[in-house]
Amino acid sequence: MSLSLSPQGIESKDKRNTEVVIDLRSVSILYSDNAAVKQVSCHILRHRITAIIGPSGCGKSTLLRSLNRMNDFVPEVSMQGEILFGGQNLYGRGVDPVEVRRRIGMVFQKPNPFPKSIYQNIAWGPRINSYSGSMDELVERSLKQAALWDEVKDRLHESALNLSGGQQQRLCIARALAMEPEVLLMDEPCSALDPISTARIEDLLFELKSRYTIVIVTHNMQQAARISDFTAFMEMGNLIEFGDTDQIFTRPGKKRTEEYVTGRFG
Amino acid sequence: MAFISGNESRNLRRRHQKARVFARFCALVTWSGVLLLGVLLYDVAIEGFAWLDWQFISSFPSRFPERAGIKSAVVGTLYLISLVAVISVPVGVSTALYLEEFVSPKSRLGKFIEVNIANLAGVPSIVYGILGLAIFVRYMNLDRSLISGALTMSLLILPVIVIASREAIKAVPMSIRYAALSLGATRWQTTWAHVLPASFPGIMTGVILALSRAIGETAPLIMIGALTFVAFLPAGPMDQFTALPIQIYNWVSRPQEEFHQLAAAAIIVLLGVLLLMNATAIIIRNRTERRMK
Repeated sequence: MSLSLSPQGIESKDKRNTEVVIDLRSVSILYSDNAAVKQVSCHILRHRITAIIGPSGCGKSTLLRSLNRMNDFVPEVSMQGEILFGGQNLYGRGVDPVEVRRRIGMVFQKPNPFPKSIYQNIAWGPRINSYSGSMDELVERSLKQAALWDEVKDRLHESALNLSGGQQQRLCIARALAMEPEVLLMDEPCSALDPISTARIEDLLFELKSRYTIVIVTHNMQQAARISDFTAFMEMGNLIEFGDTDQIFTRPGKKRTEEYVTGRFG
Repeated sequence: MAFISGNESRNLRRRHQKARVFARFCALVTWSGVLLLGVLLYDVAIEGFAWLDWQFISSFPSRFPERAGIKSAVVGTLYLISLVAVISVPVGVSTALYLEEFVSPKSRLGKFIEVNIANLAGVPSIVYGILGLAIFVRYMNLDRSLISGALTMSLLILPVIVIASREAIKAVPMSIRYAALSLGATRWQTTWAHVLPASFPGIMTGVILALSRAIGETAPLIMIGALTFVAFLPAGPMDQFTALPIQIYNWVSRPQEEFHQLAAAAIIVLLGVLLLMNATAIIIRNRTERRMK
């Protein structure tokens, strides 16, 4: 079975900016012999938030991690199909996965700051990639973008581990932003956070949208409905439906999607 | 009103009793070890303390007990252990990093190396001595020098360092590695900047244990022919040498009672050096640990 779904309703929403950044072409991902993702095809559009939703174990995180080749570190994972990033296959010959990860950043489920100072957390990525501008400015800019600057500006050289969970997660977002990635992948970034921290991060995503392309995996349907422009619904490794978020949540085209978004399972 | 019925409370009482018995047993075992060590130290201290003075530490060995000292042995031991640390720590830690960070856990080569290292950790030290004699002293013509001793001793403690370092590296959470890798870091950059510093305290612990073992080892040094009577200080790694355990062994095997007391005094010095080394290493470890937090 090959599902090829293109997002609906894009033209009506915004005609100016519909550039495809990532193009997934019948992507399958296997853990030894088990297919975790089956023949998924869809587009990620520039400066939009795309949410991937679905019940636990549906393959949404696996799919997300394939977009910056983080699956390379999981033994026995193999992948079929093509993921085109700016027209180039991320898994093609001669593609350096290190370069892929530099251009496609990631924020993880649990905040994972380095056990170093706040400043060092931001500065390390740019430094190893030989950033040549002013590091102080970059640190300030990144922390401001992640709406963390006011809370930490007086203690940049304190350990990042002294921050609260929500602050740590915003620090991780700032750390990813400091690399000025073209795409930001987020793997359930709020699942370990309280509602107030979650709301702050959602506000932040709205602001980041004008400058970054964001793909977010979430098990929280309300969150997907609130923040995303496009939603992909996955189940058992299949992409069941992909389209405009409003449409997915109000007029789903598939029965399973409707059952999931109305909370009948999952 | 009772919270629990009589039957259950009897059961609960028995469980508490079992816990108490087990705790007491553990305490007994712990203290018997400490006690034994205490008796040993006391015995040595009584015998050797009278001989312990600056003259003893700053004199070369002599056939007259009252003029004999451990200058060459102390310097030899310090020299030897520094060389061992310089040789074995980089090699051991690099091996551990390679096995943990760069070899896939399923690879046959990795498994092969792993099994061999585990086996080497159990080989008697005298066997390392024979190996050192054959390879370093004879084949490589390094003679009965400090470097021969240091290389032999390094072989002996390498498995310990590798195993302890691997455990420390394994304990670094994967999320730290993923964080670094997702920023476009290479494996090496991730390892150098994050994995190694985070595992440093654990690695230090392993190194302390390994070097403590090396400082007290006698058999391999006898095997490769460290001298028992040395009236000069080694000037370089190619010089002949003696070490504290060798000096102790030499004095203990003499018939005169005075030399036995000298041996006891040398044991106190050896323990002192050991304590000093461990304390330094622990201070370094705690400093880095605090910096990580």
